[in-house]
Amino acid sequence: MNNNSWKDALDRLVSNKLSFVGSLYILFIIFLALITPLIAPYDYAYQNLELGPSPPSFDHWLGTDTLGRDLLTRMMYGSRVSLMVGFLATIVALTIGVTWGTVAGFSGGKTDTIMMRIVDILYGIPFIIFVILLMVIFGRNLILLFMAIGAVEWLTMARIVRSQVMSLSKQEFILAAEAMGVSKLGIIYKHLIPNTIGPVIVYATLTVPQIMLLEAFLSFLGLGVQAPLSSWGLLIRDGAVSMEEYWWLLIFPSLAFSLTLFSLNFIGDGLRDALDPRTSDS
Amino acid sequence: MFSLILRRIGIAIPVLLTVITLTFLMVHSAPGGPFDEERAVSPEVLIKLNEKYNLDQPLSVQYFDYLSGILVGDFGPSFRYPGRSVTELISIGLPVTFELALYSILFALAVGLLAGILGALKPNTPLDYIPMSTAMIGICIPSIILGPSLILIFGIWLEWVPVSGWGYMPGDKLLPTLTLGTAYAAYCARLTRGGMLEILNQDFIRTARAKGLSETRVVIVHALRGGLTPVIAFLGPAMAGLLAGSFVVETIFGIPGLGRFYVEAAFNRDYTMILGSSIFFSFLIIFFNLISDLVAAALNPRLRD
Repeated sequence: MNNNSWKDALDRLVSNKLSFVGSLYILFIIFLALITPLIAPYDYAYQNLELGPSPPSFDHWLGTDTLGRDLLTRMMYGSRVSLMVGFLATIVALTIGVTWGTVAGFSGGKTDTIMMRIVDILYGIPFIIFVILLMVIFGRNLILLFMAIGAVEWLTMARIVRSQVMSLSKQEFILAAEAMGVSKLGIIYKHLIPNTIGPVIVYATLTVPQIMLLEAFLSFLGLGVQAPLSSWGLLIRDGAVSMEEYWWLLIFPSLAFSLTLFSLNFIGDGLRDALDPRTSDS
Repeated sequence: MFSLILRRIGIAIPVLLTVITLTFLMVHSAPGGPFDEERAVSPEVLIKLNEKYNLDQPLSVQYFDYLSGILVGDFGPSFRYPGRSVTELISIGLPVTFELALYSILFALAVGLLAGILGALKPNTPLDYIPMSTAMIGICIPSIILGPSLILIFGIWLEWVPVSGWGYMPGDKLLPTLTLGTAYAAYCARLTRGGMLEILNQDFIRTARAKGLSETRVVIVHALRGGLTPVIAFLGPAMAGLLAGSFVVETIFGIPGLGRFYVEAAFNRDYTMILGSSIFFSFLIIFFNLISDLVAAALNPRLRD
């Protein structure tokens, strides 16, 4: 894509109101998460047992939990964990998926068949079970969590990139590069990968909410992030336990998380319409 | 068709073997070893474990013994529930989980098909975009939020339905079904709408209308068959999602099904139960994927090659 078509894509994205509002919300959440250590009103593990659970007030804007911990603080620190898992795991998935797909699509022949057959087989494996197994056996480690999630989410990415590369590598500019003696690696990194970037960005944006959901799901079951650390899934779990008396513990984290999921999905849809107009439904 | 069945089974078998091998190796490579844990295992269980897994034998022998046990449905004893076998626990939990999954999928199909067909027949009218934007919300709100919120609103504030249980009180099956089924209803609506819109524009539908068939007959007999293919292809992966969703829903509502047993086993490090039910879950998921692929191919000849 040249500069002009990027500008067109940006124009289309901004003209899609929902994804524009979604982008603003996500940027706001990311900004808050980044500066949390500077502006968080309390420490995320600080307990005020005398205060206990209290509804939203001037001192605690979103109230406190059963141990008297400030909910706003815990949500801000929780967003750091949720976003970090979401983005880092997506980067892991992206790296493996793009490399695998490019190599398979560019090599063609037997290598391609074998590599894609491996993807087919892995595709059939129910990975939620494996992520749970990993958490159970090797402890509830955050780094391991997003490595594991990222390592299982690359399959679709590999398929998308492969089909892109296959159609690209038949085009003349690749032939020209080959004729000029550019090495295979050079062709892959300079010519093929940059040209697959549109669909890759779209799919990556849609992968982030999926991964955040998986993390929340595990933490909700008690198999992910452990207290005193916090993540949105963990906060929703705590909220669900005590919602009968303390509704705010469920409502606020749920709202923040739902809005994030909405926004990321809207951005993904908007980006798809903007970068890849052929596949949009309308 | 026959060669397709063979080919799909040809993929399903290596997948299943990979799953069994990976789970087995993972459980056996747990730090410190799964079977010599800090907490003492009752002697009764230890004897059964030795019997079942030949813990003194090399890993390969244990593996093949376990494999031959699975073939006759024997997953060995439970680690945490003395005197109970994993097979027994699975057979207690499975009917409950199946009932929950069945209600949820029926709810999803009923609501999703109706909304999707309406949307496709009247595209870009309120009948289309109101259900479709609701569907978008349904897809985005995860069960860990939907479940507790439904309990809070309808169980605690309005007191219309019980907040937990499964068949203990009238109406207690309602919220779990809604929680698990909503996202699938939403997907189903979107897939039906997309599939139907594509089919309704095709020549054979125009021919059917030109022949003077009633609109109902055109939609139900001619369009639905092709329009439903994406929905049917989705049912396999949906089954996988429903089983994983049952972990959350059964935990939230205190339902004694396989999903909750699995989460409890994961929590208690009941390694034999985790190993057995992981393999069992995987088998179910692979099986349903296979079935939905084959049904989709049977309905749509173009998918066969």
